[in-house]
Amino acid sequence: MIEAILNYEFLQNAFISGLIIGVIAPLLGVFIVVRRMSLIADALSHVTLAGIAGSLYLSQSFSALVLLNPIYLGIVAAVSGSILIERLRRLYKHYEELAIPIIMSAGIGLTAIFVSLASGFNTDLMSYLFGSVSAVSRQDLWVVVCIAIVVILFIFLFFKEMFVLAFDEEYASASGLPAKSIHFLFMLVVALVIAASMRIVGILLVSSLITLPVAASMRIAKGFKQTILYSILFGEAAVIIGLSTAYYLNLAPGGTIVVTSILILLIVILVKKIILKTNT
Amino acid sequence: MSQTLIDMKNVSFQYEYTQVLKNISLKVEEGDFLAILGPNGSGKSTLLKILLGLLKPMAGEVQLFGQSNEVFRNREWIGYVSQKSNAFNSGFPATVEEVVKSGLTKKVGLFKKMPKDANDKVKIALASVGMEPFRTRNIGQLSGGQQQRVFIARALISDPKVLILDEPTVGIDHENVQSFYDMLAKLNEEQNKTIILVTHDVDTVSNRISHVACLNQTIHFHGFKKEFDTISQNQLDNWYGHSVRKIH
Repeated sequence: MIEAILNYEFLQNAFISGLIIGVIAPLLGVFIVVRRMSLIADALSHVTLAGIAGSLYLSQSFSALVLLNPIYLGIVAAVSGSILIERLRRLYKHYEELAIPIIMSAGIGLTAIFVSLASGFNTDLMSYLFGSVSAVSRQDLWVVVCIAIVVILFIFLFFKEMFVLAFDEEYASASGLPAKSIHFLFMLVVALVIAASMRIVGILLVSSLITLPVAASMRIAKGFKQTILYSILFGEAAVIIGLSTAYYLNLAPGGTIVVTSILILLIVILVKKIILKTNT
Repeated sequence: MSQTLIDMKNVSFQYEYTQVLKNISLKVEEGDFLAILGPNGSGKSTLLKILLGLLKPMAGEVQLFGQSNEVFRNREWIGYVSQKSNAFNSGFPATVEEVVKSGLTKKVGLFKKMPKDANDKVKIALASVGMEPFRTRNIGQLSGGQQQRVFIARALISDPKVLILDEPTVGIDHENVQSFYDMLAKLNEEQNKTIILVTHDVDTVSNRISHVACLNQTIHFHGFKKEFDTISQNQLDNWYGHSVRKIH
């Protein structure tokens, strides 16, 4: 397969962006999971899908827009979605989770409208739903690289503040940290990661690459930094195994990556149980 | 003469239609060990939030270290220990060391790395609450009382002048409450920390405390612990209804 990667540009695009996403999705995922925001990633991915469907519809209707990469409108939709979720969470202070179904259904609703307006899409939409090894263009790859730089810069600059915020939000505000601004930036970065991951894993499965490696890591890691490290290792393993399987068996990589993540999770849970039993 | 660290003058606050605090005036001097006693709904949390700058009073003024609360920026001078139960989810994957170190975040400042001596500071802060041996444990593996001590260490690490604790004895076994107060008293005496704790439980107002303030919408009493001890049950009933019982 290594030979094939060296020879074909589309495989290079898929593998390089896969490896990058394998780092940034679980990296942000740790913060998302410990803040109990896992479902927000799901809601945002559905909004991103609306942006993509909108973009596909526009490029079908207006020939001038035919070259527009759907990822851009996807990013715009994800970012607006994250801002809206924050607004709603503040509006329904005691029922914060209401923001998720509201935004999620808005995303699916809009997607359905765009799809029917365009009287159905071709396989293109399928590749956005479940990912694709062949659909990642050089341009997509560059977008992923740029987003990765933003994400890693964000974590690097705000790591200690993000830790305090994740651990104890009230304490963060009480100690005078700009908690609200950092949280807002965090939501924007989450939206970017979702938009970046969609080409490989597909919109419907993005949140799994954000949460599953973290779920496995939390079973065995000691401390926060170790949780991040293991999450990234599990994320990378899932991407490498998943993409290879997808390539050889001609499957949607979203499916193979997610199933690999789940297998890793199951193995970790099992191994931990066995170790605990033998120790007692 | 000791300095006045906190000076609240005629502070009032209301949520929509309910008056929560009415004309609160309260002075806290350097070195005080003050317990603010109030039942649920007496406005304790609101008072704390105003002190911490999380809420703005609707009337009156708050001075911290001689500066108006609105312009006061040295938040790291005030160490806050929130109520354990709602502070964090107990499965949080972090070691005691990581949690305590995070107390330096504000002091170190945005875009700056943790100082090299941060780990030494963690050890000192943990030692002063008797939790040094637990440094590498995950926070979720500790008991409620131990977690509370870790949170105090987190507040202590930035060397605050005032420690504010919200219901610190909730989640601590009855036998351990006394040693918990001994530890606070030690911080108060040896490190000259001014300590303010808020509690609904008159039982926890131990003899280690120097001052007591009775709060129920307004401050009914503020004085030495000795004076507080002379207050009759009838008087307390007047202020609190029957929700606060003195046990002798």
